[in-house]
Amino acid sequence: MDRNEPLDQIKTRRDSALNALVSGVPYMNWLGIRFDRRGDELTAVLPFDRKLIGNPQLPALHGGVTAAFLEMTAIVELAWAAMWEDLESGRIAPDAAMPESLPRLPKTIDFTVDYLRSGLPRDAYARANVVRSGRRYASVQVEAWQDNRAKLIAQATAHFLMPQG
Amino acid sequence: MGDDAKDATQDDNHARIAQAFIESIPHASALRMQVDEIGDGRAVISMPWDEHLVGDPRSGVIHGGVVSALMDTCCGAAVMAHSSQPRSTATIDLRIDYMRAAKPGQRITARAEVYHMTRSVAFMRAVALDDDDASNPVATATGAFTAER
Repeated sequence: MDRNEPLDQIKTRRDSALNALVSGVPYMNWLGIRFDRRGDELTAVLPFDRKLIGNPQLPALHGGVTAAFLEMTAIVELAWAAMWEDLESGRIAPDAAMPESLPRLPKTIDFTVDYLRSGLPRDAYARANVVRSGRRYASVQVEAWQDNRAKLIAQATAHFLMPQG
Repeated sequence: MGDDAKDATQDDNHARIAQAFIESIPHASALRMQVDEIGDGRAVISMPWDEHLVGDPRSGVIHGGVVSALMDTCCGAAVMAHSSQPRSTATIDLRIDYMRAAKPGQRITARAEVYHMTRSVAFMRAVALDDDDASNPVATATGAFTAER
């Protein structure tokens, strides 16, 4: 780590790497998912849109949307955590304009989601925690909420196969 | 009209009502889901591959979350089609095992069934297939759904 590296340069490097990771996935753009970053901590944001509704009577978010949001958050967190060291040391510089520079994403082995409350027609947020990341397999927990951080709308546990080489 | 013909008409009716139900769900219609079969605690729902649903741009493989949305919708439809006629349903939990990547460009079809129904809970099983046969699924799922009376 270079203590005297200019702050602008640090932020640009991290933000463009995160942007490269996220903008390369068409489905994430279609759902409208973006990520807020504070240091290495990521919070996924799913801005409300009518096409995310699964129950028009209530109305409520589609359970599949909630699951997809949780899964995306877990994948991005895992890929982000895995590339952090290389990014900070300057060994890699992912660039959205150069697909070959993007790290390969982990593959989902299984995904279990608990629905705790119905999702309101509002923005949703999620954070993932990499419980264990080995060379080949990883286990991740992820939580989603809306207005209150303590009132989760859903939580999930997922296992992933890490990209090799 | 023979019994078979009557059954066929009734199935057509169910499928039409179910299709209208699916189309009233904004997310299901955004994914262009189509009800292929429905009745007696079972449902078959399919959707086309599309570029904006891709999760891995290198391979063009559809994102797992899309498969989740399809399986979840299909399970919900199967609960609603159970002979005990629940008033409504919601997902309690859903576990999805991703067996392999779906082939880019092919439709994805989910088949769901209620394998046990209690007063308030429907226990579900589902598979997701592409053009390959049922012995080689893209994903399988099990879940618990509410059955509101």
